[in-house]
Amino acid sequence: MVFISKTVGKELRSEFLPMIKYLIELIRRTSTDISDDVVNAILKGRRREAVGSVARRLFDQIIRNIELAREKSVPVCQDTGTNVFYVDYPAGTCTAPILAAIIAAVRQATRKCYLRPNSVEILSGKNTGDNVGIGHPYVHFNQWRRKSTRFRLMLKGGGSENVGAQYKLPDASLSAGRDLAGVEKCVIDAVFKAQGKGCPPGVIGVGIGGDRGSSYILSKEQFFRRLDDTNSKPSLRKMENRLSRKLNSLGIGPMGLGGKTTVLGVKIGVANRLPACYFVSVSYTCWAYRRRSMILEGGRPIYDPD
Amino acid sequence: MTRINLPVSENEIRKLKVGEEVLLSGQMMTARDMAHKYMTEKKPAYLHDVLKGSVIYHCGPIVKQAGEKYEIVAAGPTTSIREEPYQGEVINFYNVRGIIGKGGMGPRTSEALQKYGAVYFSATGGLAAVLAGKVKAVEGVYMLKEFGVPEAMWVLNVEDLPLVVTMDSHGGNLHREILRKSRAIFQRLIA
Repeated sequence: MVFISKTVGKELRSEFLPMIKYLIELIRRTSTDISDDVVNAILKGRRREAVGSVARRLFDQIIRNIELAREKSVPVCQDTGTNVFYVDYPAGTCTAPILAAIIAAVRQATRKCYLRPNSVEILSGKNTGDNVGIGHPYVHFNQWRRKSTRFRLMLKGGGSENVGAQYKLPDASLSAGRDLAGVEKCVIDAVFKAQGKGCPPGVIGVGIGGDRGSSYILSKEQFFRRLDDTNSKPSLRKMENRLSRKLNSLGIGPMGLGGKTTVLGVKIGVANRLPACYFVSVSYTCWAYRRRSMILEGGRPIYDPD
Repeated sequence: MTRINLPVSENEIRKLKVGEEVLLSGQMMTARDMAHKYMTEKKPAYLHDVLKGSVIYHCGPIVKQAGEKYEIVAAGPTTSIREEPYQGEVINFYNVRGIIGKGGMGPRTSEALQKYGAVYFSATGGLAAVLAGKVKAVEGVYMLKEFGVPEAMWVLNVEDLPLVVTMDSHGGNLHREILRKSRAIFQRLIA
């Protein structure tokens, strides 16, 4: 968690001005332009639904909306969510000005209407108006071995965030034990309970293990993966495919109004646990699944390098 | 596709049935969490004229201000169930004929729809760009300073908003139907 003072961003040196510009462009792309892997999954979902069905018509609307947002450079969804930044930086980098540049970019992107003012203070109940405040934006820094700096951004909507869930195994109500079969039951339970409230067809991120906090973060980090990637762990890869099939058999469908496509994909990650604990965290993201990345190399931006 | 123009009569609204697709036009108002709490607790009288025979849209838009004029940039629905504690009372007090949102609502709202003659319309979640394009004008806004942009009550003039009736005034409820069917499958899957 990064705590941000009101003055951050005002003392930036001019050398960071290009970075701010590139970050605003990253925000614009993320908010207004859904990535190709997600679009492909949506098109595939549309083909599954019967011609003339409400589900099919909802898919048509969704596809039209994606096209229109891209054409007009306006947000795909008005809930531009929590602004989650993951930054990988080379050794010897000072992160404070990068944080300041991110904050400056978020403020300007809000003024440009790429982001909705989405940050509400707990004690006063006031919207800060610029997406900046305690814990907003959420920025995670990680040092890596490369010479470039990578920014990954996820705009994680609130409606789908509300239907996320955490379980601890064993869970008697689901007859779920401490094994992958038990984990599966948790995921099915979460998606069943979500019904249409998370704006299906959604993508499901699952974190198995860790503590309560790291488990949830792990589940959300799954959303940085491409939908068409392959899990490097064979047992998880099989589980992702199996769960996708089972969840789609629920019949909840687009917006929960019935249909064959309830999820666009399931992504699972693992972390070690304590002997006493076995957490399963389920994060849900709506079909307006927005995340993109940018690498700064030699001062020049490369958008969506992967 | 049924066309409905606002304000609408109770008689016309009672004709609508679950599953019916509707194109809705006319003047409506956005209201979400803070607004529902406010309408229930403070019961502001100035909203009677705005809401009578009209609908409430559960929506927190993105709005661009150019001088004195507002332009809706993005305006999809938000999750409706959060307003469940307030909705029935609001429908009754302001003679509201419909609610637009996503995800459906609970038994208290369903009861109010039947008792007072109103329906629940589902809009497609995340359809911000398409739905913003259906807004022809921003007629006004209430509590903007107090609530902020997403939570303010925006009075919008819309044309052909594409919606599906998912809870009607006769107790029909598509959400409950899907829940019932999916529960049977869910129970098989986790058995």
